[in-house]
Parts: sequence; C-alpha cells; structure tokens
Amino acid sequence: MNPVPADKPFVLAGRTYQSRLLVGTGKYKDMTETREAIEASGAEIVTVAVRRTNIGQNPDEPNLLDVISPDRYTILPNTAGCYDAVEAVRTCRLARELLDGHNLVKLEVLADQKTLFPNVIETLKAAETLIADGFDVMVYTSDDPIIARQLAQMGCIAVMPLAGLIGTGLGICNPYNLRIILEEATVPVLVDAGVGTASDATIAMELGCEAVLMNSAIAHAQQPVMMARAMRHAIEAGRLAYLAGRMPKKLYASASSPMEGLVR
Amino acid sequence: MRIQLNGEPFEVSDGATITDLLERLELAGRRVAVELNLDIVPRSQHPATPLKEGDRVEVVHAIGGG
Repeated sequence: MNPVPADKPFVLAGRTYQSRLLVGTGKYKDMTETREAIEASGAEIVTVAVRRTNIGQNPDEPNLLDVISPDRYTILPNTAGCYDAVEAVRTCRLARELLDGHNLVKLEVLADQKTLFPNVIETLKAAETLIADGFDVMVYTSDDPIIARQLAQMGCIAVMPLAGLIGTGLGICNPYNLRIILEEATVPVLVDAGVGTASDATIAMELGCEAVLMNSAIAHAQQPVMMARAMRHAIEAGRLAYLAGRMPKKLYASASSPMEGLVR
Repeated sequence: MRIQLNGEPFEVSDGATITDLLERLELAGRRVAVELNLDIVPRSQHPATPLKEGDRVEVVHAIGGG
C-alpha cells in the first residue's frame, strides 16, 4: 500500500499540532467526564473560561487546570460572556496572568443572549487592543467574509466563523459563506460553534477548514466520551477527504463494474 | 477596612496585602489571577501590594467553558 502523502502541519502561533480538533471544557457532568472526553477527542488545544473564584466551581471538585494540565495541553482561555471590548480585554489580561504570560486567547464578544451572535464591532475593537498588547488572537466571528478578512488583515492569528449559533447543534448552516471565507483565507480558518454531530465536523473539514472547535456537540451527547472519539475520527476523515479531493457530482449514473465480458 | 471583592463588600484587616487576602480566601498557592482597580497584579507582586479602603479586587480562576 502506498503511504498517504503527508499533510501540511497545522500551525498556530508558531506551534505545530497533530490534532485539528479543539475542544471546550464546559457543560460536562463533572471533572472526570471532562478529562475522559478530552482524552478521547485527541485534542491538544482546550478552551477554558475565566470567572470569579466564588462562581462556577464545586469546592469539592479539583481545579480545572489540575485536571487539564497546561503542561500537557495548550490552554485557550476564552472571553465568553463578554458583551463589549473593554470586558473582553480585561478578561484576556487576567487569563494571561493566570497562565503565566501565555498569550494565546480566544476572543469572543457577544451581542445578544438569545442568539449569542458575535458583536463584530466590539470584536474588531477588542482585537485591535489585544494585538497591540502582544496577544495571539483567535477570533470568534460571524460568517461574514468581509469581517473575516478585516480580522485577518489586522493581525488575528486565526479566524473562527460560526457554522451555526453556539450550542444549537444545527450544523453547517451556510457552507457558501464559509467557502468564500476559506477561498480568500490568509490565516487559519476554524469553524467554531454550530457542530452537532460527527458528520457536521466532517463537512467543515471537507470545505477546507484548518480545524474545528466544539464543546456542546461532545458534552451534550448522550455518551460524551464516545462522541469525543467519533469527533476525532470525523475530523480526520474530513481532512483526508479534503486533501484527496472529492469526485465531481454528476446527474446520471456511471457504472462501477466493466461492461466487457458480461455473461449473456 | 472594606474593599469590593468580586463585586461584593468584604472586610480585610488594615495593612493587608493581596497575599494576606488570598490566604484568608484559602486560595494561597492556587492558580488564580488578581486584578486591583482594573490593573493586573502579577503573582510576584502579591506580597508587596497592600490593599486600601475602597479597593476593587477581582480574583479569577479557570473553569469549564467553550
């Protein structure tokens, strides 16, 4: 068997990753399930949220960063829950201090609680401040190709359009916009949000995304650890299919078995 | 004296530093980050940073998120 040709490496902020699946740590039943799902996913980059110490942690549970060690994983702190640029920048600076000067952040500035749609105006403002302050910004945004282009031009290291609204699991709602974003991408483009099941992740990768970021699709599956494993395979399958190049679609049939030598 | 800790009023003894506050909160040595009146206070400066009446202090940590 011929070896499969090597893929080009997935590089973010100068570091190379083997896995093209990035996972969140929210919505799990407990720390054990979080750890097992993340291990099964094969992800090397893991998102976390930054919150006040009296919020969101059961005192009997270990600290998240004891379970998901920064020595083993690249921790990607997010600004989820921030509704303006000032809050998002503050959160990133706290995250950098929390992670001993680690500059990689996921910028996410939301506009509305019902849709959790990104506020692109505040996102652009925050990105500008953060880049000037030395952060490596991976930015969550709408699937607007013009905004995606602007965010890349200003120096974001990755642009992460939504495929569907956060937590909906609706899948790739507008593959055509993603195709436009991907066609003119100058930085890695990752789908972030909207994936519901393995086939959605595969479609995102077949479209040519560098990677996919997801949380709910794994954490809210009936069996999160099994779904994490499914996602790992889905991402690999989609990437290989993208590299292999799909056959053209045709309207009429084309026989797979030869017509010669038929028994008549 | 009274400070605002994570948005709530909180009493600390006069002359308390950020290190004293974290010890009182049983967070000494834990992975937390501290903001004092909107500025980050690096971990190395916690022992040398005294608190004042009315200071606004945020103490944060990492939790699960997407």
